[in-house]
Amino acid sequence: MANETLEQLARADYEWGFTTDVEQDIIEPGLSEDVIRLISAKKGEPAWLLDWRLAAYRRWLPMEEPHHWAKVSYPPIDYQAIRYYAAPKRKKQLESLDELDPEIRRTYEKLGIPLDEQKMLAGVAVDAVFDSVSVATTFKKELEKHGIIFLPFSEAVHRAPELVKKYLGSVVPQGDNFFAALNSAVFTDGSFVYIPPGVRCPMELSTYFRINASETGQFERTLIIADQGAYVSYLEGCTAPQRDENQLHAAVVELIALDDAQIKYSTVQNWYPGDAEGRGGIYNFVTKRGKCAGRRSKISWTQVETGSAITWKYPSCILLGDDSVGEFYSVALTAKRQQADTGTKMIHIGKRTKSTIISKGISAAHGQNSYRGLVRIQKGADGARNYSQCDSLLIGDKCGAHTFPYLEVQNPTAKVEHEATTSKIGEDQLFYCQQRGLSEEDAVNLIVNGFCKRVLKELPMEFAVEAQKLLGVSLEGAVG
Amino acid sequence: MSAPMLEIRDLHANAGDQPILKGLDLVLERGEVAAVMGPNGSGKSTLANVVAGKPGYEVTKGQVLYEGRDLLALSPEQRAREGVFLAFQYPVEIPGVGNMYFLKQAVNAIRAHRGLEELDAMEFLSIAREKMKLVEMPEELAKRGVNEGFSGGEKKRNEILQMALLEPKLCVLDETDSGLDIDALRVIAGGVNALRGPERSMLLITHYQRLLEYIVPDRVHVLAGGRIVKSGDKQLAHELEEKGYGWVQQVAGVGAR
Repeated sequence: MANETLEQLARADYEWGFTTDVEQDIIEPGLSEDVIRLISAKKGEPAWLLDWRLAAYRRWLPMEEPHHWAKVSYPPIDYQAIRYYAAPKRKKQLESLDELDPEIRRTYEKLGIPLDEQKMLAGVAVDAVFDSVSVATTFKKELEKHGIIFLPFSEAVHRAPELVKKYLGSVVPQGDNFFAALNSAVFTDGSFVYIPPGVRCPMELSTYFRINASETGQFERTLIIADQGAYVSYLEGCTAPQRDENQLHAAVVELIALDDAQIKYSTVQNWYPGDAEGRGGIYNFVTKRGKCAGRRSKISWTQVETGSAITWKYPSCILLGDDSVGEFYSVALTAKRQQADTGTKMIHIGKRTKSTIISKGISAAHGQNSYRGLVRIQKGADGARNYSQCDSLLIGDKCGAHTFPYLEVQNPTAKVEHEATTSKIGEDQLFYCQQRGLSEEDAVNLIVNGFCKRVLKELPMEFAVEAQKLLGVSLEGAVG
Repeated sequence: MSAPMLEIRDLHANAGDQPILKGLDLVLERGEVAAVMGPNGSGKSTLANVVAGKPGYEVTKGQVLYEGRDLLALSPEQRAREGVFLAFQYPVEIPGVGNMYFLKQAVNAIRAHRGLEELDAMEFLSIAREKMKLVEMPEELAKRGVNEGFSGGEKKRNEILQMALLEPKLCVLDETDSGLDIDALRVIAGGVNALRGPERSMLLITHYQRLLEYIVPDRVHVLAGGRIVKSGDKQLAHELEEKGYGWVQQVAGVGAR
């Protein structure tokens, strides 16, 4: 029985695997200073940003890819075979969403992201990034009323240059790591958010990333600043077409929360995972980090990772301000031959800083799932607290779950708790559900959703529903 | 004339690779409530699990007919949808899955099989509330995860609640009385009795006669050494209580275990 259902899993289709036929402005594969100059020129960037990119590139050149410590394996990536810029061709600057290429619009509709403002789910403003550039940002006017800046990154460079200049690279420096350095050199677009002091953003902000062109890397850059007392909830979703070759996604996200500010960042990552034999799929090497710069500030990461052939990401919090709070809620699912090495870093610097880590890893088929997390309590962090809980669920007997917790406590008044469990979906649980009339598949979904509930309830409602469905699709037939 | 609800012929079954049932014959008529009593290790739970289709049990010989059809050919969920219900001796916990949500999924899976429309959340809730009264189940338990942190008695109540909601034709109650105090036993027996009817048959699997004071069976079968060694009416249960299992084992020529 188990074999049959595993085969079903292998056949489970990736629904988002279609491609869109649009006229592309695309550059030749390869990376050099000239390519960086070309990208910068295409975006009409100021000189300081070009210099910043070139500095990043020079730091990247001698760096080594970090495949020695992460528990992922993949053939070497040829960085000269990747295209660093692809954009849907547009004749002129868009005046309104009505002018958006109808093909792109249809793509987003297929993905369930209607860009028509009238049809929008009330309360979600969307920035849609198609390959390298942002194609539409909705609800601009409504947000402007509150003084909120929500722009494609490339526009923000022109319209909020002081803010971009001040904060870009302030949380993830250019030379932070191999992929962050690469991103800093070649990033093409992304989202920029600024919430002014005391403003509670009246709607969820959302970016939808879509890789469409082949042989293209996607390198987006997101920068979110919540000024004193501000609040914002930000959602990120991603899909890509089904292709036999691997594609690289190396994003950087930086969050800054000033005094009493709160940022809630939620991701549902559903990049193409590759097929059952491990052909194709996205390499997802992402650096996400938030800085709780102000007192009593709070940054909360919630991620549901179901896609990508390889996921390598550690959304982290630097708890600098006294009494600041960092949270990390994660569900990572690996099926087929997916590999995930994901977790977080909580760096406690300020006094009475608090962090919570809830990680749920699910492995099925040949999936390999690692939790890697660092909790560091620095000398001055009197009264710091951390609670970590890492649970792994195994489905079948060919998958793996691994936990690598690192705890560094340099302050005797700190309190750090770590709990970890590994369990197998019990035959008794499955049989119990089946005895009540549920199919094996529904039973697995039910048990998995129960396992993830603590994390899923942190997501905004529409997102939680989408995440539940995704977990179901990703596990189709994955019963052992 | 319609077939019996359950007819078991010369059933041999292994649990793992251990032979447990060794030629068991049993007939359960429509609307009949029968007790299967026996000492530890006689094969009571194996019988319950084979009827429900639990993995890990292998039928090596014999037949199990449900309303005249081959029950063993069906998957566990098909059996459930066709009206076979097992009240578990040890109900499992499913953390994070709301009890009411679980029950609704189960009810709707079975309704779909019967060609009935699915119940929406409100419809389901009003029916569930009604049935909860039957087993005096506090509202608070409905909101928790499936059996999550339930006491032994609460788990058993939850089983009977599910039985009430799923409206099965054949109910197998596996040691439903084990671990219950007298008050809980009375409540649960009340729930079970309310569910008796001419179209519903029950197999009460128990070690003790105590349960049968509250749920009075039409027939009593004694299981020993993997076979039914004696059958009779409810008087047999009293006799067993007085003379102990050693008596039937002697009568039947089965060694005590």
